[in-house]
Amino acid sequence: MSVDQSAMLRVENIHKNYGKEKVLEDISFEVKGGETKVIIGPSGTGKSTLLRCINQLTTPDSGRVWLDGIDITNSVADINQVRQSIGMVFQDFNLFSHLSALDNVRLGLVKVKKMDKREASQEAMRQLIRVGLEDKAASYPAELSGGQQQRVSIARALAMGPKLMLFDEPTSALDPELIGEVLGVMKDLAESGMTMLVVSHELGFARSICDEIIFIEKGVIVEQGSPEVLFGNPRHQRTREFLSKINELYGETGKK
Amino acid sequence: MALGLVVGILLALGQVYGRRGVVIFSSIYEQIFRSIPALVLLFLFFFGLSLLGVNISAFFSAILALGLRSSAYQSQIFRGAIQSIREGQMVAARSVGMSKFQAIRHVILPQALRLSIPAWSNEYSIVVKDTSLAYAVGVIELVREGRYIIVRTFEPMIIYITIALIYLVLTYTGNKLLGYLEEKSRIPGFATEHGER
Repeated sequence: MSVDQSAMLRVENIHKNYGKEKVLEDISFEVKGGETKVIIGPSGTGKSTLLRCINQLTTPDSGRVWLDGIDITNSVADINQVRQSIGMVFQDFNLFSHLSALDNVRLGLVKVKKMDKREASQEAMRQLIRVGLEDKAASYPAELSGGQQQRVSIARALAMGPKLMLFDEPTSALDPELIGEVLGVMKDLAESGMTMLVVSHELGFARSICDEIIFIEKGVIVEQGSPEVLFGNPRHQRTREFLSKINELYGETGKK
Repeated sequence: MALGLVVGILLALGQVYGRRGVVIFSSIYEQIFRSIPALVLLFLFFFGLSLLGVNISAFFSAILALGLRSSAYQSQIFRGAIQSIREGQMVAARSVGMSKFQAIRHVILPQALRLSIPAWSNEYSIVVKDTSLAYAVGVIELVREGRYIIVRTFEPMIIYITIALIYLVLTYTGNKLLGYLEEKSRIPGFATEHGER
């Protein structure tokens, strides 16, 4: 793989097995600064594992991950430090359920970044405003809708000032009418120049904002390319089959 | 009770998050202390410690015996609560850059301790009454104090009823306080509210 200095994220030959089962096999790709890439593929093909391998929540068996030119798989790298620069958004939100929306966003600032409390509150509020939830600052997760919870979790990740945002099926657990508000926030984020790697089945979203789509199946990258190419004229039969199946489920691509 | 609380939380954390050695140690500890009757433990600590050359008062040996015993029971309360917290909470905490310790301290324990209060108030009631067993090693606790008074007054029923009432008050106020704490620390929108289904 050619060494590209402008790559914000570079994933090199990631392998991961769970027991005998090969989950990821020789995955390599890169995301340039400001780019958004979407990973699609059938469930159980290691997409989530791949994201977790990137911020080392799961340790890959072999392979390297470079963030902004630094090898973060290297054991010398302080992983807690590294994770601050990689925001992560989960399928089931995972907001801290004992904290209000504001405190959810603020906790990392106060405890990890050791920010002054008042300053942290202001920063947390700024992030809540960014996702349009300033009026819900005092609400607890259980009092918020799924879409609102997911937006708080995006604010929580953004507050740490990440260089890269990972989204693990951010809208899969949401009611259809709530998906739009989350995608809206993500779209703004992508347009503001954030580097993003998104696992999603929202092909409309993928088509409208992403620079490249990566199709993964059974732990290997089958095909990657611009949305025009993948949707218009996929090279592989499997890609075509998968996309048409998703289309049946979620409606025509690119309708949004 | 306080001794049991501190040791109990440490044991529970050890069992859930500890390395192999720690898990084995806390499991054995917990097994032993839950398997021996309180009375036998009291004697073991009272006589055992002095045999080992540790000279402490009967009162202190009773505190140790009952406290460590309670810690074993409490560790199971906390372990259950900690394990009922969804794994995503830990993962999310780590993903914002918290260390494992920070995640436990700021995310897992605040939630787990809230969940522990009902079972913990149960344990409190038991321990309060178990203090009466310290009678056996000569600690001047409620029952022994009562015996002294009975010897002077020859009014066993009145004295025992009074003792029973004192235990009742201790347990009742304790549980009331814990109930209040549970109510105060309830996470809005999280648990079922009173009168709601």
